[in-house]
Amino acid sequence: MKVALFVTCLNDTMFPGTGQATVKLLRRLGVDVDFPSAQTCCGQMHVNSGYVPEAIPIVRTFVEAFEGYDAVVTPSGSCAASVREQHQIVARRSGDPALVRGVETVSPKVYELSEFLVDVLGVVDVGAYFPHKVTMHPTCHSTRLLGVGDRPERLLEAVRGITLIDLPAAQECCGFGGTFALKNPDMSVAMGSDKARHVRESGAEVLVAGDNSCLMHIGGLLTRERSGIRVMHLAEILASTELAA
Amino acid sequence: MIKNTATFLGTPAFPVAAREALANSQLRGNMRHATHTIRAKRAKVVGELDDFEQLRVAAKDIKDEVLGNLDGYLEQLEASLTRAGATVHWARDGAEANRIVTDIVRSHKVDEVVKVKSMATMEIELNTALEEAGISVWETDLAELIVQLGNDLPSHILVPAIHRNRSEVREIFLREMGKAGMPAAPDLSDDPVELAGAARRHLREKFLRAKVAISGANFAIAETGSLVVVESEGNGRMCLTLPEVLISVVGIEKTLPTWADLEVFMQLLARSATGERMNPYTSTWNGVTEGDGPQEVHVVLLDNGRTNVLADEVGRQALRCIRCSSCLNICPVYERAGGHAYGSIYPGPIGAILTPMLRGIGTDESTDSLPFASSLCGACYEVCPVLIDIPEVLVHLRGKVVDSHRGGVPGALQLAMGGASLTMRRSSLLGLMQSGAGIAGRVLGRRGLIGRMPPPLSRWTDARDAPAPPRESFRKWWVRTDGGRRDSGTPPNGAPKSLSASLKALGSRKGRKGRTQA
Repeated sequence: MKVALFVTCLNDTMFPGTGQATVKLLRRLGVDVDFPSAQTCCGQMHVNSGYVPEAIPIVRTFVEAFEGYDAVVTPSGSCAASVREQHQIVARRSGDPALVRGVETVSPKVYELSEFLVDVLGVVDVGAYFPHKVTMHPTCHSTRLLGVGDRPERLLEAVRGITLIDLPAAQECCGFGGTFALKNPDMSVAMGSDKARHVRESGAEVLVAGDNSCLMHIGGLLTRERSGIRVMHLAEILASTELAA
Repeated sequence: MIKNTATFLGTPAFPVAAREALANSQLRGNMRHATHTIRAKRAKVVGELDDFEQLRVAAKDIKDEVLGNLDGYLEQLEASLTRAGATVHWARDGAEANRIVTDIVRSHKVDEVVKVKSMATMEIELNTALEEAGISVWETDLAELIVQLGNDLPSHILVPAIHRNRSEVREIFLREMGKAGMPAAPDLSDDPVELAGAARRHLREKFLRAKVAISGANFAIAETGSLVVVESEGNGRMCLTLPEVLISVVGIEKTLPTWADLEVFMQLLARSATGERMNPYTSTWNGVTEGDGPQEVHVVLLDNGRTNVLADEVGRQALRCIRCSSCLNICPVYERAGGHAYGSIYPGPIGAILTPMLRGIGTDESTDSLPFASSLCGACYEVCPVLIDIPEVLVHLRGKVVDSHRGGVPGALQLAMGGASLTMRRSSLLGLMQSGAGIAGRVLGRRGLIGRMPPPLSRWTDARDAPAPPRESFRKWWVRTDGGRRDSGTPPNGAPKSLSASLKALGSRKGRKGRTQA
């Protein structure tokens, strides 16, 4: 099986550690993952901000970068959902039947990390070790758009040494919302403050999620208030092993 | 007569209106309490039905059947209503509907009407039109009465005074009831039972006196010409049965094909709306029945932008809405902003799509800001009893707002989006941008974080730290280390190395001390 990593533009630029952890984890599980260097972005920011025509070349780049692979893994529920839910809308808008066909071929092969691990590889225990108190933000796009269900929790529960703590009001949005965070900054921060309060009240040392976009927002609030809680991507916890923990 | 001067006109754009609301601690407390209470009740009674999902699909299918063949169903409805003795009027817009209703009321030479809570009449601001014609309008729904007496605006579709708590209601009753009719007892407490009692006494004399009543309808059955009003307090039943003349203003999308279709919606509506298995009062009537109820029945079928919504292939699903408000009650943005920030009788997620479509994109800045008043979390779609994909329509309308501004001088966001679109079509350009970001990160970052920055970056950094862009992007790391096969390099933040990577690192020149010891 030829497997590609779609690292996402945000992780590529801001959180390379998440991409590295994903590679490390997949290799440990025997997957020889490739990084097609032509990849850029899923185009979600454009589509969700109302700039669909501007997203057309981005979706084309995505299809060209990944069409030769059997599966594409991405450490982002939001970007995976964008590929599956929005790429066809963008392709149809382009009026280019070749792009429509390309999207039809590539989109169904794109998996969010926890889906790929549980559904494609069939593993729940990935051999990780992480002796810390952890709470999880499920993220709206992972749960409501992708429907990853309890896959991330099952993966975390199998991590040795971990103490998983329930996050109060976990299903509530953190308020990031892409350009929403900039267009409606007061609302975004009001929602994020409540999320950060729930994280603090949980007593966890680490907040984990499957999307660094939400974590950038919640984490930015947590560090600003000197909460002493760090945020980590799911891939980073799953990549951790006993030797270096 | 009480003069209603409150208006949504002039509401600022959503981000500005929401900023004010967010600072109102009384509003925040009232809204949090109310929405969370209804949310929990809804979840409980919806959970009792094992066929709730099938009911949602059935409701969607019935509504889509109507919307797909609306012309035929409306003609059938008109014929059924006429056969039952009702007079049918067609209103293209609010002004026309207001004129029709005002003329009917005037023809009976009365100077007051009682009203059942109705979204359609609020949408067209019928109360203002009647008052301008010298006719007093008495809202008889408890919450609508609170809003009217307080010269306030509704902030919720179902619970229009959701933004008020009981001590505020007590003050409004004590201060205002006497001006509009029977005053509240001077020793009125804020006990809900006492407050409801004061409203009942105040309203009772109006019910008994009124000759003309005005209502909306939750459903209009094309097959039988039956109108249906679903309510909780019995005020609707009073209005629909006591006065001699009944005028119902009904949006054309309220049509259902057959009487049998009603059972689907009766199972969904109360559960989704108030979190009850069944609403206390359901009134249905077919035109005029001799010697029983109103002897003159008018039905005003209202378009007011609905056919424009119908013409929008993506947006037309909004016309399935049965005004249950479950999307408002679940919405984290609505919960914090309250209803007034949406500048419309339809607030919350459904309002954010319905208002711009009914009014038209480009009407004003406030209307155009509504499709952006959402984090796209999707909670609204998850609870909608008629499966309106609100996030899908929001994104669709954002595109329309952006398109309506194309061609002029591009704004900052449009320039940024154009620039990002160029960058993201070639990975080499993305790499170049990342090098620049890495340099900026080294200049601006402290311990990996960026603190307060000037505008427009302050929109992020005023309240939250930003991560400093790292020296090395993922793609540079991949090239430098051959995808991690050669020296895994700097380990990701907090994520330790695997055994093989550690051994490789130990063997290499850059082996790191301490971190790799077993």
